[in-house]
Amino acid sequence: MVTATKERPVESKTVPSNRNQTILNVKNLEIFYGEKRAVNGISMAIEKNSVTALIGPSGCGKSTFLRSINRMNDLIPGARAEGEIIYEDLNILSEQINVVALRKEVGMVFQKPNPFPKSIYENITHALKFAGIRKKSELDKVVEESLQKAALWEEVKDRLYKSALSLSGGQQQRLCIARTIAMKPTVMLLDEPSSALDPISNGKVEDLIVELKKDYSIIIVTHNMQQASRISDKTAFFLSGDIIEYDLTEKIFTNPSMKKTEEYISGRFG
Amino acid sequence: MNSKSADRIASGIFYLIALIIILILVGLFYYILFNGLKNISLHFLTAPSSNIMAGGGIRDQLFNSFYVLFITMLIAVPLGIGGGIYMAEYAKPGKVTDIIRSCVEVLASLPSIVIGMFGLLMFVNLTGWGYTILGGALALTVFNLPVIVRVSEDAIRSVPRELKEASLALGITHWHTIKTVILPSAFPSILTGIILASGRVFGEAAALIFTAGLSTPRLDYANWNPFSATSPLNIFRPAETLAVHIWSVNTQGLIPDVEEVSSGAAAVLIISVLIFNLLARWIGSMIHRKITATK
Repeated sequence: MVTATKERPVESKTVPSNRNQTILNVKNLEIFYGEKRAVNGISMAIEKNSVTALIGPSGCGKSTFLRSINRMNDLIPGARAEGEIIYEDLNILSEQINVVALRKEVGMVFQKPNPFPKSIYENITHALKFAGIRKKSELDKVVEESLQKAALWEEVKDRLYKSALSLSGGQQQRLCIARTIAMKPTVMLLDEPSSALDPISNGKVEDLIVELKKDYSIIIVTHNMQQASRISDKTAFFLSGDIIEYDLTEKIFTNPSMKKTEEYISGRFG
Repeated sequence: MNSKSADRIASGIFYLIALIIILILVGLFYYILFNGLKNISLHFLTAPSSNIMAGGGIRDQLFNSFYVLFITMLIAVPLGIGGGIYMAEYAKPGKVTDIIRSCVEVLASLPSIVIGMFGLLMFVNLTGWGYTILGGALALTVFNLPVIVRVSEDAIRSVPRELKEASLALGITHWHTIKTVILPSAFPSILTGIILASGRVFGEAAALIFTAGLSTPRLDYANWNPFSATSPLNIFRPAETLAVHIWSVNTQGLIPDVEEVSSGAAAVLIISVLIFNLLARWIGSMIHRKITATK
Protein backbone atom coordinates (compact mmCIF):
# COMPACT_ATOMS: atom_id res chain seq x y z
CA MET A 1 0.00 0.00 0.00
CA VAL A 2 2.67 2.48 1.05
CA THR A 3 5.03 1.69 -1.79
CA ALA A 4 2.17 1.63 -4.18
CA THR A 5 1.15 5.11 -3.20
CA LYS A 6 4.70 6.34 -3.61
CA GLU A 7 4.97 4.89 -7.04
CA ARG A 8 1.51 6.02 -7.95
CA PRO A 9 1.60 7.58 -11.37
CA VAL A 10 0.08 10.96 -11.90
CA GLU A 11 -2.42 11.51 -14.64
CA SER A 12 0.20 12.44 -17.20
CA LYS A 13 1.58 8.93 -17.00
CA THR A 14 -1.55 7.53 -18.62
CA VAL A 15 -0.67 7.29 -22.24
CA PRO A 16 -2.66 9.72 -24.32
CA SER A 17 -3.47 8.03 -27.56
CA ASN A 18 -4.02 9.95 -30.71
CA ARG A 19 -4.89 7.08 -32.95
CA ASN A 20 -8.16 6.38 -31.17
CA GLN A 21 -11.10 8.25 -29.73
CA THR A 22 -11.83 8.09 -26.04
CA ILE A 23 -15.12 6.45 -25.11
CA LEU A 24 -14.86 6.64 -21.33
CA ASN A 25 -12.91 9.23 -19.45
CA VAL A 26 -12.32 8.38 -15.82
CA LYS A 27 -11.32 11.29 -13.62
CA ASN A 28 -10.28 10.96 -9.99
CA LEU A 29 -12.63 8.07 -9.36
CA GLU A 30 -12.88 7.03 -5.73
CA ILE A 31 -15.11 4.18 -4.61
CA PHE A 32 -16.03 3.43 -1.01
CA TYR A 33 -17.71 0.52 0.68
CA GLY A 34 -18.96 2.20 3.82
CA GLU A 35 -15.82 3.64 5.40
CA LYS A 36 -13.42 1.50 3.43
CA ARG A 37 -11.94 2.99 0.28
CA ALA A 38 -11.60 0.38 -2.47
CA VAL A 39 -10.49 2.65 -5.32
CA ASN A 40 -8.20 5.61 -4.57
CA GLY A 41 -8.84 8.31 -7.10
CA ILE A 42 -7.90 6.74 -10.40
CA SER A 43 -7.88 8.44 -13.78
CA MET A 44 -7.71 6.79 -17.15
CA ALA A 45 -8.99 7.27 -20.68
CA ILE A 46 -10.53 4.20 -22.30
CA GLU A 47 -10.39 3.97 -26.06
CA LYS A 48 -13.19 3.27 -28.43
CA ASN A 49 -13.19 -0.03 -30.34
CA SER A 50 -10.35 -1.50 -28.41
CA VAL A 51 -9.89 -4.06 -25.67
CA THR A 52 -8.70 -2.68 -22.37
CA ALA A 53 -7.53 -5.26 -19.84
CA LEU A 54 -7.55 -4.63 -16.10
CA ILE A 55 -5.10 -6.82 -14.23
CA GLY A 56 -3.96 -7.02 -10.64
CA PRO A 57 -4.16 -9.23 -7.56
CA SER A 58 -7.52 -10.05 -5.95
CA GLY A 59 -9.00 -7.19 -3.96
CA CYS A 60 -7.08 -4.52 -5.89
CA GLY A 61 -10.26 -2.71 -6.93
CA LYS A 62 -10.41 -3.66 -10.61
CA SER A 63 -13.77 -5.41 -10.41
CA THR A 64 -15.14 -2.64 -8.22
CA PHE A 65 -14.06 -0.15 -10.85
CA LEU A 66 -15.60 -2.23 -13.63
CA ARG A 67 -18.92 -2.51 -11.79
CA SER A 68 -19.04 1.25 -11.27
CA ILE A 69 -19.10 1.84 -15.04
CA ASN A 70 -22.61 0.41 -15.37
CA ARG A 71 -23.56 1.34 -11.81
CA MET A 72 -23.91 -2.26 -10.64
CA ASN A 73 -22.37 -1.12 -7.36
CA ASP A 74 -25.66 0.67 -6.67
CA LEU A 75 -26.98 -2.72 -5.59
CA ILE A 76 -24.45 -2.98 -2.78
CA PRO A 77 -25.65 -1.23 0.37
CA GLY A 78 -23.13 1.38 1.52
CA ALA A 79 -21.21 1.56 -1.76
CA ARG A 80 -20.65 5.03 -3.18
CA ALA A 81 -18.46 6.58 -5.84
CA GLU A 82 -16.88 10.00 -6.16
CA GLY A 83 -15.19 11.62 -9.13
CA GLU A 84 -16.29 11.31 -12.71
CA ILE A 85 -16.66 8.78 -15.47
CA ILE A 86 -17.48 10.76 -18.59
CA TYR A 87 -19.39 8.95 -21.32
CA GLU A 88 -20.77 11.01 -24.22
CA ASP A 89 -20.36 14.23 -22.23
CA LEU A 90 -22.33 12.84 -19.31
CA ASN A 91 -21.04 11.83 -15.91
CA ILE A 92 -22.17 8.24 -15.44
CA LEU A 93 -21.91 8.60 -11.67
CA SER A 94 -24.32 11.51 -11.53
CA GLU A 95 -27.57 11.16 -9.60
CA GLN A 96 -29.51 12.29 -12.67
CA ILE A 97 -28.34 9.42 -14.85
CA ASN A 98 -31.06 7.01 -15.89
CA VAL A 99 -29.39 3.80 -14.78
CA VAL A 100 -31.67 1.59 -16.86
CA ALA A 101 -30.79 3.51 -20.04
CA LEU A 102 -27.10 3.51 -19.10
CA ARG A 103 -27.07 -0.29 -18.79
CA LYS A 104 -28.45 -0.63 -22.30
CA GLU A 105 -25.40 1.28 -23.56
CA VAL A 106 -22.93 -0.37 -21.21
CA GLY A 107 -23.47 -4.11 -21.19
CA MET A 108 -21.87 -6.55 -18.78
CA VAL A 109 -20.86 -10.20 -18.79
CA PHE A 110 -20.15 -11.80 -15.44
CA GLN A 111 -17.54 -14.19 -14.16
CA LYS A 112 -19.92 -17.07 -13.65
CA PRO A 113 -22.15 -17.81 -16.64
CA ASN A 114 -25.60 -16.70 -15.49
CA PRO A 115 -28.19 -17.53 -18.14
CA PHE A 116 -31.80 -17.19 -17.10
CA PRO A 117 -33.56 -20.48 -16.39
CA LYS A 118 -35.53 -20.04 -19.60
CA SER A 119 -35.09 -21.22 -23.16
CA ILE A 120 -32.07 -20.14 -25.21
CA TYR A 121 -34.37 -18.02 -27.36
CA GLU A 122 -35.98 -16.33 -24.36
CA ASN A 123 -32.60 -15.59 -22.82
CA ILE A 124 -31.94 -13.25 -25.70
CA THR A 125 -35.46 -11.88 -26.18
CA HIS A 126 -35.97 -11.20 -22.45
CA ALA A 127 -34.39 -7.75 -22.57
CA LEU A 128 -35.48 -7.03 -26.16
CA LYS A 129 -39.12 -7.51 -25.26
CA PHE A 130 -38.69 -5.18 -22.33
CA ALA A 131 -37.14 -2.64 -24.68
CA GLY A 132 -40.36 -2.78 -26.72
CA ILE A 133 -39.58 -5.16 -29.57
CA ARG A 134 -42.63 -7.40 -29.94
CA LYS A 135 -42.65 -8.54 -33.54
CA LYS A 136 -41.71 -12.19 -33.83
CA SER A 137 -39.90 -11.72 -37.13
CA GLU A 138 -37.76 -8.95 -35.67
CA LEU A 139 -37.00 -10.94 -32.52
CA ASP A 140 -36.04 -13.95 -34.62
CA LYS A 141 -33.67 -11.79 -36.63
CA VAL A 142 -31.93 -10.32 -33.60
CA VAL A 143 -31.67 -13.74 -31.92
CA GLU A 144 -29.96 -15.19 -34.98
CA GLU A 145 -27.69 -12.17 -35.45
CA SER A 146 -26.51 -12.07 -31.87
CA LEU A 147 -25.97 -15.81 -31.67
CA GLN A 148 -24.00 -15.60 -34.93
CA LYS A 149 -21.85 -12.83 -33.51
CA ALA A 150 -21.28 -14.80 -30.34
CA ALA A 151 -20.24 -17.78 -32.49
CA LEU A 152 -22.94 -19.92 -30.94
CA TRP A 153 -25.54 -20.08 -33.71
CA GLU A 154 -24.29 -23.25 -35.38
CA GLU A 155 -24.29 -25.09 -32.05
CA VAL A 156 -27.77 -24.10 -30.88
CA LYS A 157 -29.85 -23.29 -33.96
CA ASP A 158 -31.74 -26.58 -33.70
CA ARG A 159 -32.50 -26.26 -30.01
CA LEU A 160 -33.42 -22.62 -29.51
CA TYR A 161 -36.44 -23.52 -27.41
CA LYS A 162 -34.54 -25.85 -25.08
CA SER A 163 -33.47 -24.67 -21.66
CA ALA A 164 -30.32 -22.54 -21.60
CA LEU A 165 -29.22 -24.56 -18.58
CA SER A 166 -28.78 -27.59 -20.84
CA LEU A 167 -25.80 -25.86 -22.50
CA SER A 168 -22.20 -26.42 -21.42
CA GLY A 169 -20.49 -23.75 -19.31
CA GLY A 170 -18.65 -22.30 -22.31
CA GLN A 171 -21.81 -22.20 -24.40
CA GLN A 172 -23.68 -20.57 -21.51
CA GLN A 173 -21.06 -17.86 -21.30
CA ARG A 174 -21.26 -17.20 -25.05
CA LEU A 175 -25.04 -17.06 -24.68
CA CYS A 176 -24.57 -14.42 -21.98
CA ILE A 177 -22.36 -12.50 -24.40
CA ALA A 178 -24.97 -12.95 -27.15
CA ARG A 179 -27.78 -11.54 -25.04
CA THR A 180 -25.60 -8.55 -24.17
CA ILE A 181 -24.79 -8.04 -27.87
CA ALA A 182 -28.51 -8.21 -28.69
CA MET A 183 -29.01 -4.96 -26.79
CA LYS A 184 -26.48 -3.28 -29.11
CA PRO A 185 -24.42 -1.64 -26.39
CA THR A 186 -21.44 0.57 -27.13
CA VAL A 187 -19.32 -0.59 -24.22
CA MET A 188 -19.02 -4.16 -22.96
CA LEU A 189 -17.71 -4.90 -19.50
CA LEU A 190 -16.36 -8.40 -19.01
CA ASP A 191 -15.64 -9.51 -15.46
CA GLU A 192 -13.27 -12.49 -15.76
CA PRO A 193 -15.55 -13.97 -18.42
CA SER A 194 -13.60 -17.14 -19.00
CA SER A 195 -12.19 -17.94 -15.58
CA ALA A 196 -14.84 -20.60 -15.00
CA LEU A 197 -14.33 -22.24 -18.40
CA ASP A 198 -12.20 -25.05 -19.77
CA PRO A 199 -9.29 -24.11 -22.11
CA ILE A 200 -11.19 -24.83 -25.34
CA SER A 201 -14.20 -22.75 -24.32
CA ASN A 202 -11.80 -20.11 -23.07
CA GLY A 203 -10.13 -20.00 -26.50
CA LYS A 204 -13.51 -19.54 -28.19
CA VAL A 205 -14.46 -16.71 -25.85
CA GLU A 206 -11.10 -15.03 -26.47
CA ASP A 207 -11.48 -15.25 -30.26
CA LEU A 208 -14.93 -13.80 -29.82
CA ILE A 209 -13.68 -10.86 -27.79
CA VAL A 210 -11.08 -9.96 -30.44
CA GLU A 211 -13.81 -10.18 -33.08
CA LEU A 212 -16.21 -8.04 -31.03
CA LYS A 213 -13.89 -5.09 -30.64
CA LYS A 214 -14.69 -4.04 -34.21
CA ASP A 215 -18.12 -3.01 -32.98
CA TYR A 216 -17.70 -2.47 -29.28
CA SER A 217 -15.36 -0.97 -26.76
CA ILE A 218 -14.42 -3.74 -24.38
CA ILE A 219 -13.09 -3.59 -20.86
CA ILE A 220 -12.06 -6.93 -19.42
CA VAL A 221 -10.97 -7.87 -15.93
CA THR A 222 -8.73 -10.90 -15.98
CA HIS A 223 -6.41 -12.87 -13.74
CA ASN A 224 -4.93 -14.62 -16.69
CA MET A 225 -1.78 -12.78 -17.86
CA GLN A 226 -1.64 -14.69 -21.15
CA GLN A 227 -5.20 -13.76 -21.85
CA ALA A 228 -4.53 -10.08 -21.24
CA SER A 229 -1.47 -10.14 -23.49
CA ARG A 230 -3.25 -12.09 -26.22
CA ILE A 231 -6.41 -10.08 -26.60
CA SER A 232 -6.01 -6.59 -25.20
CA ASP A 233 -4.71 -3.42 -26.79
CA LYS A 234 -4.03 -1.62 -23.56
CA THR A 235 -3.56 -2.89 -20.07
CA ALA A 236 -3.98 -1.23 -16.68
CA PHE A 237 -2.25 -2.73 -13.66
CA PHE A 238 -4.19 -2.19 -10.44
CA LEU A 239 -2.75 -2.56 -6.96
CA SER A 240 -4.50 -1.72 -3.69
CA GLY A 241 -6.97 0.61 -5.35
CA ASP A 242 -4.46 2.49 -7.49
CA ILE A 243 -3.49 2.22 -11.11
CA ILE A 244 0.23 1.53 -11.03
CA GLU A 245 0.67 1.53 -14.76
CA TYR A 246 -1.58 1.98 -17.78
CA ASP A 247 -0.05 1.55 -21.18
CA LEU A 248 -0.09 -0.36 -24.43
CA THR A 249 -0.34 -4.06 -23.64
CA GLU A 250 2.82 -4.82 -25.56
CA LYS A 251 4.78 -2.36 -23.47
CA ILE A 252 3.32 -3.56 -20.16
CA PHE A 253 4.26 -7.16 -20.89
CA THR A 254 7.66 -6.58 -22.48
CA ASN A 255 9.02 -3.45 -20.93
CA PRO A 256 6.97 -2.11 -18.04
CA SER A 257 8.08 1.19 -16.53
CA MET A 258 7.17 0.25 -12.98
CA LYS A 259 9.01 -2.33 -10.93
CA LYS A 260 5.75 -3.48 -9.28
CA THR A 261 4.21 -4.21 -12.67
CA GLU A 262 7.15 -6.28 -13.70
CA GLU A 263 7.08 -8.20 -10.44
CA TYR A 264 3.37 -8.90 -10.81
CA ILE A 265 3.36 -10.03 -14.42
CA SER A 266 6.37 -12.22 -13.87
CA GLY A 267 4.45 -13.87 -11.03
CA ARG A 268 6.58 -12.73 -8.13
CA PHE A 269 3.52 -11.68 -6.12
CA GLY A 270 -0.22 -11.48 -6.38
CA MET B 1 -17.99 -46.34 24.20
CA ASN B 2 -16.16 -45.74 20.97
CA SER B 3 -17.31 -43.40 18.28
CA LYS B 4 -18.48 -46.21 16.05
CA SER B 5 -21.02 -47.55 18.50
CA ALA B 6 -22.09 -44.01 19.42
CA ASP B 7 -22.77 -43.44 15.76
CA ARG B 8 -24.74 -46.66 15.57
CA ILE B 9 -26.88 -45.73 18.60
CA ALA B 10 -27.54 -42.25 17.21
CA SER B 11 -28.60 -43.67 13.84
CA GLY B 12 -30.83 -46.14 15.64
CA ILE B 13 -32.56 -43.36 17.57
CA PHE B 14 -33.13 -41.33 14.43
CA TYR B 15 -34.56 -44.35 12.62
CA LEU B 16 -36.85 -44.92 15.58
CA ILE B 17 -38.10 -41.32 15.49
CA ALA B 18 -38.73 -41.56 11.75
CA LEU B 19 -40.56 -44.84 12.28
CA ILE B 20 -42.78 -43.32 14.99
CA ILE B 21 -43.74 -40.44 12.67
CA ILE B 22 -44.58 -42.83 9.85
CA LEU B 23 -46.56 -45.09 12.19
CA ILE B 24 -48.61 -42.17 13.52
CA LEU B 25 -49.39 -41.02 9.99
CA VAL B 26 -50.26 -44.48 8.73
CA GLY B 27 -52.33 -45.22 11.84
CA LEU B 28 -54.23 -41.98 11.49
CA PHE B 29 -54.95 -42.50 7.83
CA TYR B 30 -55.93 -46.10 8.39
CA TYR B 31 -58.30 -45.22 11.24
CA ILE B 32 -59.97 -42.32 9.42
CA LEU B 33 -60.24 -44.05 6.07
CA PHE B 34 -61.28 -47.41 7.56
CA ASN B 35 -64.06 -45.78 9.54
CA GLY B 36 -64.95 -43.20 6.95
CA LEU B 37 -64.76 -44.79 3.53
CA LYS B 38 -67.66 -47.15 4.17
CA ASN B 39 -69.87 -44.12 4.85
CA ILE B 40 -68.94 -42.33 1.66
CA SER B 41 -71.35 -42.85 -1.18
CA LEU B 42 -72.48 -40.76 -4.09
CA HIS B 43 -75.58 -39.94 -2.08
CA PHE B 44 -73.43 -38.78 0.86
CA LEU B 45 -71.46 -36.44 -1.39
CA THR B 46 -74.42 -35.03 -3.30
CA ALA B 47 -77.21 -34.78 -0.73
CA PRO B 48 -77.71 -31.73 1.49
CA SER B 49 -77.14 -32.26 5.19
CA SER B 50 -80.00 -33.05 7.47
CA ASN B 51 -80.63 -31.58 10.90
CA ILE B 52 -82.74 -34.25 12.52
CA MET B 53 -83.10 -37.25 10.27
CA ALA B 54 -80.52 -39.86 9.36
CA GLY B 55 -79.13 -40.11 5.87
CA GLY B 56 -78.01 -36.51 5.34
CA GLY B 57 -75.05 -35.72 3.09
CA ILE B 58 -72.31 -33.11 2.96
CA ARG B 59 -72.82 -31.57 -0.48
CA ASP B 60 -73.01 -27.95 0.67
CA GLN B 61 -70.26 -28.32 3.27
CA LEU B 62 -67.89 -29.77 0.70
CA PHE B 63 -68.64 -27.00 -1.75
CA ASN B 64 -68.34 -24.36 1.01
CA SER B 65 -64.91 -25.67 2.05
CA PHE B 66 -63.52 -25.29 -1.44
CA TYR B 67 -65.25 -21.98 -2.01
CA VAL B 68 -64.00 -20.47 1.27
CA LEU B 69 -60.51 -21.73 0.39
CA PHE B 70 -60.76 -20.16 -3.05
CA ILE B 71 -61.95 -16.77 -1.76
CA THR B 72 -59.32 -16.77 1.01
CA MET B 73 -56.53 -17.49 -1.42
CA LEU B 74 -57.88 -14.91 -3.85
CA ILE B 75 -57.28 -12.32 -1.13
CA ALA B 76 -54.27 -13.78 0.68
CA VAL B 77 -52.03 -14.85 -2.23
CA PRO B 78 -51.66 -11.49 -4.02
CA LEU B 79 -51.28 -9.65 -0.72
CA GLY B 80 -48.86 -12.24 0.66
CA ILE B 81 -46.63 -12.35 -2.39
CA GLY B 82 -46.73 -8.56 -2.58
CA GLY B 83 -45.63 -8.40 1.06
CA GLY B 84 -42.89 -10.92 0.38
CA ILE B 85 -41.62 -8.91 -2.58
CA TYR B 86 -41.58 -5.77 -0.46
CA MET B 87 -39.70 -7.44 2.40
CA ALA B 88 -37.15 -9.13 0.14
CA GLU B 89 -36.56 -6.48 -2.51
CA TYR B 90 -37.61 -3.03 -1.35
CA ALA B 91 -37.53 -2.82 2.45
CA LYS B 92 -34.33 -1.10 3.60
CA PRO B 93 -32.64 -3.02 6.40
CA GLY B 94 -33.31 -1.19 9.66
CA LYS B 95 -35.63 -0.72 12.61
CA VAL B 96 -38.87 -0.33 10.64
CA THR B 97 -38.27 -3.50 8.65
CA ASP B 98 -37.43 -5.40 11.83
CA ILE B 99 -40.67 -4.21 13.42
CA ILE B 100 -42.66 -5.29 10.35
CA ARG B 101 -40.99 -8.69 10.46
CA SER B 102 -41.77 -9.16 14.17
CA CYS B 103 -45.40 -8.18 13.55
CA VAL B 104 -45.66 -10.74 10.76
CA GLU B 105 -44.24 -13.43 13.03
CA VAL B 106 -46.55 -12.60 15.93
CA LEU B 107 -49.53 -12.62 13.58
CA ALA B 108 -48.53 -16.03 12.27
CA SER B 109 -48.41 -17.50 15.76
CA LEU B 110 -51.80 -16.22 17.01
CA PRO B 111 -54.23 -19.01 17.96
CA SER B 112 -56.97 -19.34 15.36
CA ILE B 113 -59.75 -19.11 17.96
CA VAL B 114 -58.49 -15.63 18.87
CA ILE B 115 -58.57 -14.66 15.23
CA GLY B 116 -62.11 -16.04 15.08
CA MET B 117 -63.11 -13.73 17.95
CA PHE B 118 -61.41 -10.82 16.23
CA GLY B 119 -63.22 -11.74 13.01
CA LEU B 120 -66.54 -11.79 14.88
CA LEU B 121 -65.94 -8.25 16.05
CA MET B 122 -64.56 -6.92 12.78
CA PHE B 123 -66.10 -8.80 9.88
CA VAL B 124 -69.40 -9.85 11.44
CA ASN B 125 -70.49 -7.13 13.84
CA LEU B 126 -68.63 -3.98 12.85
CA THR B 127 -69.36 -4.40 9.15
CA GLY B 128 -72.91 -5.56 9.87
CA TRP B 129 -72.58 -8.40 7.35
CA GLY B 130 -73.51 -11.14 9.80
CA TYR B 131 -71.99 -14.58 9.18
CA THR B 132 -70.62 -14.56 5.66
CA ILE B 133 -68.18 -16.38 3.42
CA LEU B 134 -66.32 -13.12 2.91
CA GLY B 135 -66.02 -12.60 6.67
CA GLY B 136 -64.69 -16.12 7.05
CA ALA B 137 -62.25 -15.65 4.19
CA LEU B 138 -60.98 -12.38 5.68
CA ALA B 139 -60.45 -13.99 9.09
CA LEU B 140 -58.56 -16.84 7.46
CA THR B 141 -56.53 -14.30 5.50
CA VAL B 142 -55.42 -12.73 8.77
CA PHE B 143 -53.62 -15.86 9.89
CA ASN B 144 -52.53 -17.07 6.47
CA LEU B 145 -51.14 -13.82 5.17
CA PRO B 146 -48.07 -13.85 7.45
CA VAL B 147 -47.22 -17.40 6.42
CA ILE B 148 -47.39 -16.52 2.73
CA VAL B 149 -45.42 -13.29 3.26
CA ARG B 150 -42.71 -15.20 5.07
CA VAL B 151 -42.53 -18.01 2.54
CA SER B 152 -42.47 -15.59 -0.41
CA GLU B 153 -39.76 -13.48 1.20
CA ASP B 154 -37.55 -16.52 1.81
CA ALA B 155 -38.20 -17.87 -1.68
CA ILE B 156 -37.31 -14.54 -3.30
CA ARG B 157 -34.18 -14.16 -1.19
CA SER B 158 -32.93 -17.56 -2.21
CA VAL B 159 -33.00 -16.73 -5.93
CA PRO B 160 -29.30 -16.48 -6.92
CA ARG B 161 -28.04 -12.90 -6.97
CA GLU B 162 -26.37 -13.57 -10.32
CA LEU B 163 -29.74 -13.89 -12.02
CA LYS B 164 -30.95 -10.58 -10.69
CA GLU B 165 -27.69 -8.88 -11.69
CA ALA B 166 -27.85 -10.43 -15.15
CA SER B 167 -31.27 -8.95 -15.75
CA LEU B 168 -30.46 -5.53 -14.29
CA ALA B 169 -27.22 -5.38 -16.30
CA LEU B 170 -29.27 -5.75 -19.49
CA GLY B 171 -31.01 -2.47 -18.77
CA ILE B 172 -34.15 -3.96 -17.28
CA THR B 173 -35.92 -2.18 -14.45
CA HIS B 174 -36.05 -3.61 -10.96
CA TRP B 175 -39.79 -4.25 -11.11
CA HIS B 176 -39.65 -5.97 -14.50
CA THR B 177 -36.76 -8.09 -13.22
CA ILE B 178 -38.86 -9.14 -10.24
CA LYS B 179 -41.79 -10.04 -12.48
CA THR B 180 -39.94 -11.92 -15.19
CA VAL B 181 -36.84 -13.36 -13.54
CA ILE B 182 -37.12 -13.45 -9.75
CA LEU B 183 -40.74 -14.55 -9.27
CA PRO B 184 -40.59 -17.36 -11.85
CA SER B 185 -37.44 -18.70 -10.15
CA ALA B 186 -39.04 -18.42 -6.70
CA PHE B 187 -42.32 -19.90 -7.93
CA PRO B 188 -41.85 -23.54 -6.78
CA SER B 189 -41.04 -22.55 -3.18
CA ILE B 190 -43.86 -19.99 -3.07
CA LEU B 191 -46.26 -22.63 -4.36
CA THR B 192 -45.21 -25.07 -1.64
CA GLY B 193 -45.93 -22.39 0.95
CA ILE B 194 -49.33 -21.69 -0.55
CA ILE B 195 -50.21 -25.39 -0.55
CA LEU B 196 -49.27 -25.69 3.13
CA ALA B 197 -51.33 -22.61 3.93
CA SER B 198 -54.24 -24.03 1.93
CA GLY B 199 -54.15 -27.21 3.99
CA ARG B 200 -54.52 -25.12 7.13
CA VAL B 201 -57.40 -23.14 5.65
CA PHE B 202 -59.16 -26.28 4.49
CA GLY B 203 -59.03 -27.87 7.90
CA GLU B 204 -59.70 -24.72 9.91
CA ALA B 205 -62.78 -24.73 12.13
CA ALA B 206 -62.25 -22.42 15.10
CA ALA B 207 -61.86 -19.19 13.14
CA LEU B 208 -64.80 -20.00 10.88
CA ILE B 209 -67.32 -20.87 13.61
CA PHE B 210 -67.42 -17.20 14.56
CA THR B 211 -67.21 -15.71 11.09
CA ALA B 212 -68.76 -17.93 8.42
CA GLY B 213 -71.30 -19.48 10.78
CA LEU B 214 -72.76 -22.92 11.36
CA SER B 215 -75.47 -22.95 8.76
CA THR B 216 -75.90 -22.87 5.02
CA PRO B 217 -78.99 -21.48 3.34
CA ARG B 218 -80.86 -23.63 0.86
CA LEU B 219 -78.67 -23.50 -2.23
CA ASP B 220 -79.65 -23.79 -5.83
CA TYR B 221 -76.59 -24.98 -7.77
CA ALA B 222 -78.16 -23.95 -11.06
CA ASN B 223 -78.18 -20.34 -9.92
CA TRP B 224 -74.86 -18.80 -10.90
CA ASN B 225 -75.74 -15.21 -10.11
CA PRO B 226 -73.32 -14.34 -7.30
CA PHE B 227 -75.68 -11.68 -5.97
CA SER B 228 -78.64 -13.98 -5.52
CA ALA B 229 -79.35 -15.21 -1.97
CA THR B 230 -79.71 -18.85 -3.02
CA SER B 231 -76.64 -18.90 -5.26
CA PRO B 232 -73.73 -20.98 -3.98
CA LEU B 233 -71.40 -18.29 -5.33
CA ASN B 234 -72.86 -15.54 -3.15
CA ILE B 235 -70.06 -14.41 -0.81
CA PHE B 236 -72.48 -12.67 1.55
CA ARG B 237 -74.18 -15.84 2.74
CA PRO B 238 -73.34 -17.95 5.79
CA ALA B 239 -71.41 -21.11 4.99
CA GLU B 240 -70.67 -24.11 7.13
CA THR B 241 -67.50 -25.81 5.96
CA LEU B 242 -66.64 -29.47 6.23
CA ALA B 243 -64.37 -28.99 9.25
CA VAL B 244 -66.98 -26.91 11.03
CA HIS B 245 -69.63 -29.49 10.15
CA ILE B 246 -67.60 -32.27 11.78
CA TRP B 247 -67.32 -30.18 14.92
CA SER B 248 -70.97 -29.15 14.97
CA VAL B 249 -72.57 -32.56 14.43
CA ASN B 250 -70.37 -33.94 17.16
CA THR B 251 -71.13 -31.24 19.70
CA GLN B 252 -74.71 -30.28 18.96
CA GLY B 253 -75.99 -32.70 16.34
CA LEU B 254 -79.48 -34.12 16.76
CA ILE B 255 -79.17 -36.63 13.94
CA PRO B 256 -79.04 -40.33 14.88
CA ASP B 257 -76.14 -41.05 12.48
CA VAL B 258 -73.62 -38.59 13.98
CA GLU B 259 -70.90 -41.23 13.99
CA GLU B 260 -71.35 -42.10 10.31
CA VAL B 261 -71.62 -38.51 9.13
CA SER B 262 -68.60 -37.24 11.03
CA SER B 263 -66.33 -40.14 10.14
CA GLY B 264 -67.41 -39.93 6.51
CA ALA B 265 -66.85 -36.19 6.48
CA ALA B 266 -63.42 -36.63 8.09
CA ALA B 267 -62.41 -39.08 5.38
CA VAL B 268 -63.65 -36.73 2.64
CA LEU B 269 -61.72 -33.88 4.26
CA ILE B 270 -58.47 -35.84 4.29
CA ILE B 271 -58.91 -37.13 0.77
CA SER B 272 -59.73 -33.62 -0.47
CA VAL B 273 -56.60 -32.16 1.13
CA LEU B 274 -54.55 -34.95 -0.41
CA ILE B 275 -56.02 -34.51 -3.89
CA PHE B 276 -55.67 -30.75 -3.63
CA ASN B 277 -52.01 -31.12 -2.64
CA LEU B 278 -51.13 -33.47 -5.45
CA LEU B 279 -53.06 -31.47 -8.02
CA ALA B 280 -51.45 -28.17 -6.98
CA ARG B 281 -47.99 -29.73 -7.12
CA TRP B 282 -48.62 -31.27 -10.50
CA ILE B 283 -49.99 -28.06 -12.01
CA GLY B 284 -47.18 -26.09 -10.38
CA SER B 285 -44.47 -28.28 -11.85
CA MET B 286 -46.13 -28.06 -15.26
CA ILE B 287 -46.11 -24.26 -15.10
CA HIS B 288 -42.52 -24.25 -13.88
CA ARG B 289 -41.41 -26.55 -16.68
CA LYS B 290 -43.09 -24.31 -19.19
CA ILE B 291 -41.47 -21.09 -18.02
CA THR B 292 -38.03 -22.62 -17.60
CA ALA B 293 -38.24 -24.53 -20.89
CA THR B 294 -37.14 -27.79 -19.25
CA LYS B 295 -38.82 -30.92 -20.43
